[in-house]
Amino acid sequence: MKIVVCIKQVPNTNEVKLDPVKGTLIREGVPSILNPDDKAGLEAALQLKDQYGAEIHVITMGPPQADAVLREALAMGADKAYLVSGREFGGADTLATSTTIAAAVKKLAPFDLVITGRQAIDGDTAQVGPQISEHLGIANVSYAEEIKVEGEYVIVKRQYEDRHHIVKAKMPCLITALGEMNKPRYMTPGGINDAYKTEITVWGRPDIDVPDDELGLTGSPTRVVQSFPKSLKPAGVKVQLDTAESADYIVDKLKEKFVI
Amino acid sequence: MSLKDYKGVFVFAQQVDGKLSGVSFELLGKAQDLAKDLGTDVTAVLLGYKVEGLCDHLAEYGADRVILVDDPALKDYTTEPYAHAIDEVIKKYKPEIFIYGATAIGRDLAPRVSARVRTGLTADCTKLEIDPESKLFRMTRPAFGGNIMATIMCPDHRPQMSTVRPGVMQKKDRQAGAKAKIEKFNPGFEKNDKFVEILKIIKEESNKKDIMDAKILVSGGRGVGSKENFKILQDLADVLGATVSSSRAAVDSGWTEKDQQVGQTGKTVRPHVYFAIGISGAIQHLAGMEESDIIIAINKDESAPIFDVADYGIVGDLNKIVPALTAKLKDYFAAKAKE
Repeated sequence: MKIVVCIKQVPNTNEVKLDPVKGTLIREGVPSILNPDDKAGLEAALQLKDQYGAEIHVITMGPPQADAVLREALAMGADKAYLVSGREFGGADTLATSTTIAAAVKKLAPFDLVITGRQAIDGDTAQVGPQISEHLGIANVSYAEEIKVEGEYVIVKRQYEDRHHIVKAKMPCLITALGEMNKPRYMTPGGINDAYKTEITVWGRPDIDVPDDELGLTGSPTRVVQSFPKSLKPAGVKVQLDTAESADYIVDKLKEKFVI
Repeated sequence: MSLKDYKGVFVFAQQVDGKLSGVSFELLGKAQDLAKDLGTDVTAVLLGYKVEGLCDHLAEYGADRVILVDDPALKDYTTEPYAHAIDEVIKKYKPEIFIYGATAIGRDLAPRVSARVRTGLTADCTKLEIDPESKLFRMTRPAFGGNIMATIMCPDHRPQMSTVRPGVMQKKDRQAGAKAKIEKFNPGFEKNDKFVEILKIIKEESNKKDIMDAKILVSGGRGVGSKENFKILQDLADVLGATVSSSRAAVDSGWTEKDQQVGQTGKTVRPHVYFAIGISGAIQHLAGMEESDIIIAINKDESAPIFDVADYGIVGDLNKIVPALTAKLKDYFAAKAKE
């Protein structure tokens, strides 16, 4: 079995802070990490490899330093790694991004399974996975919690707000993984050692068979026209009282506002 | 094909088990505002099997027209037949704007459609408006984990599409007896390898009230300390007829359930009163609750960011204050009952 896992390097948005004066993002010193849902997707692929035997190919698109997440994936147990990188791919929205990544995945055909994370923590769109499947012309199952292989099919437990579907899809297909589906394994010292010996294949513009007008900024239907710090409502009152007074204070406010 | 040929505001009217999802009504409410600004009308696109009876509900909440695709292939949601139907609707009816709920269905369907149509899609918008001059669709959403807001447009492709999280827009009052023009449309469904089969549907029976419907939420975070200690929040909630919700930290610690989670990766709530108890107020949490009418925060850390959005902030030990508050409220209600 051949599994392609698409991963992304993201800033750890939990550590992004706002400049209180300028209201802009402070990005300096914010560490980059392997996107959590993608890491779960990779772990799911590695579990399939443990169970059924598989070759795991990881792809990322990004600047040269994004190879860090590929090294991490190799150290966790992935077999081959590809970095899609080039100025022409920059400024891409989800449609142009998915078009580019799908073209890279196609180079690895024939494959049985493509796994992506459900969404990345810097954009939270959850769009790129389903879009890649559309470009590849294969089925997709989003929000996966469990993946099993049965012959030429995968059986996926798919999450909804109030239910799960057990879905059977014919391979090749694409699955988007939920971060909570598993606990990703750690890199092993041997794995880290091997990861730095493994060569990462770099694909640039000439390797990606997509017309110019579907790539990067030019190939992006959407435009960010404005970005601004979120305006929070002005802070209210803050009090520090003893326990009984605190309780009384809240009761008074609830009365004042006709809640009780 | 000129962009001017695309007209009307379309809403994906999500239904599950023959029941319209709340977000469908919220989108219709917003769609009416957008249609008014564009001088056009609102079309609901209803997909399902034996769902014709829902058309009147859509009319009562703002649909001028309903495009109904009723077919056994659409009984329960799977990506391909739904994407195929929406794609064919777009080809035939040429909407200027198409909005979807950012649900587990909408967040799968809308991107698949956007790639098929090759148009833009803006996820999880919190504000939608029409640019007064260009008449383009302005879609605003949180970015970087809610740290900044970005306004996005899709100038040269149609339809202009976005998803909106449930609870963000407000539905309009029901117009009893309102009727919409119903158009039945069936693009035909031919099975191929992109179709998947649903082997089993496991519904999670929940007796708990949906936190999105609660008037008062008593919400706990990491500061609550343990699953057992959530009992003091439940006691407070019981006195007030409120519902218990939580931050992501509490869900991750296994103290509360995923369906109780408020925030960026949980639910967006706007209750009348929101108690934030032992919640520090990460930006991702604030994104899910800052529209609440009254926010009351209890936290021992006086520099906790939750105090920046709280109307009333109480610096102190929740383990003492919450039981004291519950006791006071019990006394108050007991006294009131005697009056």
